[in-house]
Amino acid sequence: MESILNVRNVSKIYQSASRELTVLDNINFGIDAGSTVAITGPSGSGKTTLLGLSAGLDRASSGTVELKGIALEKLNEDERAAVRNQYVGFIFQNFQLLPTLTALENVMVPLELRGAKNIKAIAVDLLDKVGLADRAHHYPVQLSGGEQQRVSLARAFSNQPAILFADEPTGNLDAETSEKVINLLFDLNKDAGTTLVIVTHDLDLAARTNRTIKIKGGVIISDQKPTYV
Amino acid sequence: MSNNVPKQNIRLSWLFKMAWRDSRKNRSRLLLFISSIVLGIAALVAVYSFKDNLQRDIDAQAKELTGADLILESRKGISKAMQKMIDTIGDEHSEEKTFASMIYFKKNGGSRLVQMKALKGDYPYYGTIETIPLTAAKAFQSGRDALVDQTLMLQFNAKVGDSIKVGNLNFNILGTLTKVPGQTGISSAIAPTVYIPLQYLAKTQLIQTGSRVSSKFYYRYDDPSGIDAFVKKIEPQLQKEGIDADTVESRKEQTGKSFRDVNRFLALSGFIALLLGCVGVGSAIHVYIQEKLTAVATLRCLGLKSRHAFFIYLIQIFFIGLIAAVIGAALGTGIQFLLPLILKDFIPVEITMQVSWFAVAQGIILGLIISILFALPSLLSVRKISPLNAIRISFEKSKATRDPFTYLVYFLMVLFVLGFTHLQMKTWVQTVAFTLSIAFAFILLIILSKTLMFLVRKLLPASSSYLWRQGFANLYRPNNQTLMLTVSIGLSTAFICTLFFVQGILINRVTLSSGNNQPNMVLFDIQNTQKEGVNELTKSYKLPLMNQVPVITMRIEEINGKNAVADTNNRSAYRNEIRATYQDTLTDAEKITAGKWIGKVAANQTIYISVDQRYAEQIHVGLNDKILFNVQGMMIPTVIGSFREINWSRMQTNFRVVFPAGVLEEAPQFHVMMTKVPTNEVSARFQGEVVQKFPNISVIDLNLVLKLLDELLSKIGFIIKFMAGFSMVTGWIVLISAVLTSKNQRIKESILLRTIGASKKQIIRINAIEYFFLGTFAAGAGLILAIAGSWALAKFSFDAVFIPPFLATLLLFSSVVLLVVITGVLSTRSVLNQPPLKILRNEGN
Repeated sequence: MESILNVRNVSKIYQSASRELTVLDNINFGIDAGSTVAITGPSGSGKTTLLGLSAGLDRASSGTVELKGIALEKLNEDERAAVRNQYVGFIFQNFQLLPTLTALENVMVPLELRGAKNIKAIAVDLLDKVGLADRAHHYPVQLSGGEQQRVSLARAFSNQPAILFADEPTGNLDAETSEKVINLLFDLNKDAGTTLVIVTHDLDLAARTNRTIKIKGGVIISDQKPTYV
Repeated sequence: MSNNVPKQNIRLSWLFKMAWRDSRKNRSRLLLFISSIVLGIAALVAVYSFKDNLQRDIDAQAKELTGADLILESRKGISKAMQKMIDTIGDEHSEEKTFASMIYFKKNGGSRLVQMKALKGDYPYYGTIETIPLTAAKAFQSGRDALVDQTLMLQFNAKVGDSIKVGNLNFNILGTLTKVPGQTGISSAIAPTVYIPLQYLAKTQLIQTGSRVSSKFYYRYDDPSGIDAFVKKIEPQLQKEGIDADTVESRKEQTGKSFRDVNRFLALSGFIALLLGCVGVGSAIHVYIQEKLTAVATLRCLGLKSRHAFFIYLIQIFFIGLIAAVIGAALGTGIQFLLPLILKDFIPVEITMQVSWFAVAQGIILGLIISILFALPSLLSVRKISPLNAIRISFEKSKATRDPFTYLVYFLMVLFVLGFTHLQMKTWVQTVAFTLSIAFAFILLIILSKTLMFLVRKLLPASSSYLWRQGFANLYRPNNQTLMLTVSIGLSTAFICTLFFVQGILINRVTLSSGNNQPNMVLFDIQNTQKEGVNELTKSYKLPLMNQVPVITMRIEEINGKNAVADTNNRSAYRNEIRATYQDTLTDAEKITAGKWIGKVAANQTIYISVDQRYAEQIHVGLNDKILFNVQGMMIPTVIGSFREINWSRMQTNFRVVFPAGVLEEAPQFHVMMTKVPTNEVSARFQGEVVQKFPNISVIDLNLVLKLLDELLSKIGFIIKFMAGFSMVTGWIVLISAVLTSKNQRIKESILLRTIGASKKQIIRINAIEYFFLGTFAAGAGLILAIAGSWALAKFSFDAVFIPPFLATLLLFSSVVLLVVITGVLSTRSVLNQPPLKILRNEGN
């Protein structure tokens, strides 16, 4: 199967005033297109940093990150932004909807950035899929936490990303709402055939993916391969 | 491995759309931030419009300013040849003799020094001498009639038909003078005018040897097109005779020039308000962008390029700046109609105010430039917001590396301030001095503010109550507004207090001059034959004879053998008349700074004179230079023997040139005598008797001068306060804007405090403590600046002592502090009136 993400010998070191802090140390893994992967580990283990580097939000201190065959470390920030817009979708723990945009406009933004056509129709359809067609013109402040995360899901899938990164997607939701959002996430993912990378503490959620990479102290301590391999 | 980066075509229209969407819910707040510049723009548009209208009116009414096509003016005798020319040029001409004289109101015995104008002919040829009744202006020359200024008529409760005594003659008041061509309201208040027919001047016997009379000749030409060329042609002759020529064009230029200075002052006052607003804009936009950090980071995650993020906010600032500039320009266009009302006493033309579209355009462009320029440092930081902020705000903040563009923007800001100031000042020395003063005030306030934060942090006792600790802690917490508020409140306080202090210094200086041991009445034009009689009269009123000196009028003929024609760079030295004296000893107010004082000279000896040091600098002469004086026809060669420093603030007659005794005793001269009158009543009686017995003697009552000066300064002070008001209100808007900017921070704190049980009253107290201390410190810093500035002005410009008025200063200071506290507490009250849960929920989103 074609590999969509390849992380090779990646380390991330932060310079603080008095010392160096190694958050990730020589990380190696690859993710196949269409697979679902969970990155788990305790707080401060480096999983969110790994997600950031994998999605091209930041540059590694050393090593290479290849996304859809593009070496991200060779790109500047604006070029990485173009890569994100074309191939990457995001779901954040605290939803990160733009507060001055309506639900519909939030979903439209990635498509608008890409210069796509029939934007509104696609966005309305996605909102319908997440069950929020009737809340399309509501602002985030007028929506509940679960509703906001559903809008966030619709936004993440709107540009038909090749890979979707979800950072603790249920971290701010109650158990019942979490269940609904996760079901929706997996359903949408299945329909779109997107590669899904979830950073989570939730072992139940991790269990629903094909593969789980466990990190501790900035190193991979286990990498449970997909069962279908 | 391929590196085919996908292409992204973001349309400009989308950036506009996104800027519009992103500004939702923030527009009123943005407008408030930008409104800091509204008043500054308004002030400048008002001043520019006024300037345009004034210039247009001066151009249109230039002929009414002079009343004639050509005016020739001489302050000395005219040669026969010149008189022949004077009598023959022009198609029509009038003659006027102007001098200071006392008039005596026969009905109530009042007397006052006036500007007497004895007129022959149909002047003015353009415009009119306005009188009540209207016919009096033309009719007064046919009889022994006078036109008396309306302020005088009011002061002495005189009516048309009453009599005044001018010199030895009585005149019937035929009309009340309301307007004279080219004269301003303020000049008529200071030196009220009385017109009499020239034919009766000789009989008044007011013109005697040494009298200071100005002769004016007014000309009308059927074809005035050749006047300027004609004046140029006869200029050498005019200069030789000491005659000044004034044409419509030269008066137009002169009037415009004198108002350029006024306009410069007004424009700079408006500019200070604008700069203050810029500080507000810069600071508010900084906080606004900070609040947008997460939204920008999210957009960056979704694929927005950094420059596009920058453009979204640039577009917002452009449009909000445009709105503010348009509001400012509209407000300024309205305010311009007030300026002629405020300045009416100083303007010699009828002002017809119209909307000046050029001024409006200038204001709008200026508003746009400064909104963007002062928002740019914060806007540039948008380019540096990392997408990582969307997933881990607390850990990975954007790196604080300085963007080189920020330095470029700071450089542009300095360039803008320098450029704008230069446009007003025209000279680089003044421009740099003004810019440095502003920069110095800014830097000083920044240093004071930083010191405050440091001291509060270090010195706040841990044992003080929670409310005090929290109130003080607000001054140095993250995103605090201490710096910005100290600068804006401090600067506006400094500005208004300096204006107040300077006004006080000027008034005090004159008040001191007429203090207990100082003379308060001056009698001049006393002839040799009248000296004894005046002394006797003064003694009979039991008044002291103080500082009695002879005065001789003269003119410089040559300096080191060069005359006015040869000494082209020093013409003013020869043009003006000099009033000199002779004495054998120096007075208390004089001090020799160079050379040697020689008090007496024998016949045929070299005459060593003493010259005022400042005057010597003006006419470019040094020790041992030779000056040939023309003392009413007699040439007297002298050598500069010494320079003197004169304390001009002493109430006594001081002279630029002092001769030794033994030279001028026989020259035509008059005397000046000073005395001190105890009450207004004695003053009135004494003046009345002087005028009756010695009609040619003029009396200056310093109490009246003081009153007039007070009125004049009040009028000028009002204009200054009016302009300073823009800075004050701007400072207040900046304050409100700053308080609302920090509202989000306050909301979080208030929720927390209220959740853990703090009462509304306690939170209000915390805020009140913070604003009280902030207001106290900022107003105190401003006051220190004002006191230092006023002291420097008093010492170096006015040569006076400055003692700040304690009560008034305290009142000013308390008002500023109170305003800050009330504004601060009222602005944060909205947070307290909502239940914590509601705010908590809003904040959560």
